[in-house]
Amino acid sequence: MFYLIIEQALNGLQYGLMLFLLAAGLTLVFGIMDLINLAHGSLYMIGAFLAAAFYQAFQSFFPALLLAIIATALIGAILERVLYRRLQRMSHLSQVLATFALILIANETIKIIFGAQPLMIGMPASLSGPLELVSDELYYPAYRMLIIVVGLAVALGLHLLVNRTRIGMWMRAGASNPEMAAVMGVRIKPLFTFVFALGAALCALAGALLGPLLAVSVGMGESILIPAFEVIVIGGIGSMRGALVGSLLVGMIDTLGRLLLTVGLKLVVDSATAATLGPTLASMMVSVLMVCVLFFRPQGLFPARG
Amino acid sequence: MKSTPSHVRKPETPLLAGLPGPWTAIAVALVLAIYPLIMSSLGEEFYISVGSRVLILALAASALNLALGYGGMISLGHAAFLGAGGYGVAILAKYGVIAAWVAIPAAVGLAAFAALVIGVISLRTRGVYFIMITLAFAQLFYYLAVSLPEFGGDDGLPLSSRSAIPGLSLESDLAFYYFVLFTAGLAFVLLYRLVASRFGRALVAIRENERRMAAIGYPVFRLKLMAFVLSGGLAGLAGALLANLSLGVTPHTLTWHQSGLLMVMVIIGGSGYFWGGITGAAIFLLLEETISTQTEHWNLILGVLLLFIVLVAPNGVMSLRERIIAARRPPSPAHAKAASEENAR
Repeated sequence: MFYLIIEQALNGLQYGLMLFLLAAGLTLVFGIMDLINLAHGSLYMIGAFLAAAFYQAFQSFFPALLLAIIATALIGAILERVLYRRLQRMSHLSQVLATFALILIANETIKIIFGAQPLMIGMPASLSGPLELVSDELYYPAYRMLIIVVGLAVALGLHLLVNRTRIGMWMRAGASNPEMAAVMGVRIKPLFTFVFALGAALCALAGALLGPLLAVSVGMGESILIPAFEVIVIGGIGSMRGALVGSLLVGMIDTLGRLLLTVGLKLVVDSATAATLGPTLASMMVSVLMVCVLFFRPQGLFPARG
Repeated sequence: MKSTPSHVRKPETPLLAGLPGPWTAIAVALVLAIYPLIMSSLGEEFYISVGSRVLILALAASALNLALGYGGMISLGHAAFLGAGGYGVAILAKYGVIAAWVAIPAAVGLAAFAALVIGVISLRTRGVYFIMITLAFAQLFYYLAVSLPEFGGDDGLPLSSRSAIPGLSLESDLAFYYFVLFTAGLAFVLLYRLVASRFGRALVAIRENERRMAAIGYPVFRLKLMAFVLSGGLAGLAGALLANLSLGVTPHTLTWHQSGLLMVMVIIGGSGYFWGGITGAAIFLLLEETISTQTEHWNLILGVLLLFIVLVAPNGVMSLRERIIAARRPPSPAHAKAASEENAR
């Protein structure tokens, strides 16, 4: 039981870090550009599909991953230039509707190009085995471990980028007051394009990494978008630290909560009901957490602006 | 953060813009009353239930329009109220309560109560947070409906028969159409009275400048909450009728996709215009009906259309009339420039 909890905690960490990859992009785009991007999940889907397509072409995982990230970043940059720059000046309502439209367009286009069947990405062979963490007691899939390591590395990298580099300084300046930053000589437009492309690249990274674990299918963007939004709202929109804390909270609650609720419910009701009720209650708990956070702190846990 | 309130039209919008004159309303009511008779004489019975569907979604969209267009509350969770109404009727029917005068008010009450709970919590937040928290609440309802076996889980709840009115059977499509027309008609009259009242004007004024209204002494939070609850209750009425129309309710009614579509209808028609929700729902459903018989990629076309509307005519179809009138006016150079800038936005 103890090792089961450890294993689920690792799964929660892995899910949370993948959520972080999406939430980081969302929170950057919102914080710096004041833009709600419902279509962020679509970039994740596009990244995963591109990775699957490149994988089928090269039969090799890492080149496919890299190419998918570059291609999705390009798509993101083009979208920012063509559409989001215009949306940025419009109301939040228009942004919601336009990006909702983008979701519809992206889903249908992917369906036309790749068909309705889910695609598969093969794991790199060297990582498909289990990793022995505690001898004979706790095994954990090496590939999931890789995801955790990559996620942590990206979190560290983003932290360094935002807090230690000149671009990061511009980003923080843009987030706290874009007009002032522009007046002070930050070239705000290329910065926006960069931020958007970075967000898209992170989406593609998450999509491609999760490809071998999940089926790459058309609805995948929406199923991760809502948790990602809940993460940034819990953490405080625009705050990178909030996004990290929020994603780990949500990941843990979703995964560990699923296990503990199912086990706990078995004490109360019969096991079949518990098995169906547990996972859904866990999904609800994330929403409940968000509602509680917003009730007591309407700006999220780490408000980015005063 | 933008300094202007972001979701609103220009402040010089007159408070009563888009309120219908009595003759328009009477004409529309007459056309809607004759419509099924024409269809049944043409032998196109199918279009009678399409008509019911349009009326019901027009009601749902108008309900959202009260919160979104008049109140400036961008709710991305109105599917929750639609679903609450539907599930209300279906659950009561499951336990043998099918009398319309019990089931439908109970369903509306359930939806209004849900709106009260959601509103009390959500209205503490602003802007994006409000959008997200209403979305999260709707997801909560969705998960609840999917998880509870009593609610039928993924398959939803079927309705063995339509709600019963003594002395009148609603089983035929024609009778049900008139029932919907009568109920929705009452709701539209109520909406009109609300929007034209002091309450409605105060609501619009809050949308335009909340801080000033609070300073004048209006109970801003309470007025917004009232509007939100009324909006939720009317959406619940639409949900109850919808469950009656399709003889059942599924969790699909509660998805955020549905909330998005309701919002799309309001925007196509014109948010903050009395006819906005009705026009939007009618245009949306007729387009869906005609295009999805031609191609399976209806969503692609809808997406492109929506993008076009947002970029070119963000105030919807009902604003076109004002624009045309403005364009016909002998152009003073400054005026024309302002209009073209408005178009370019």
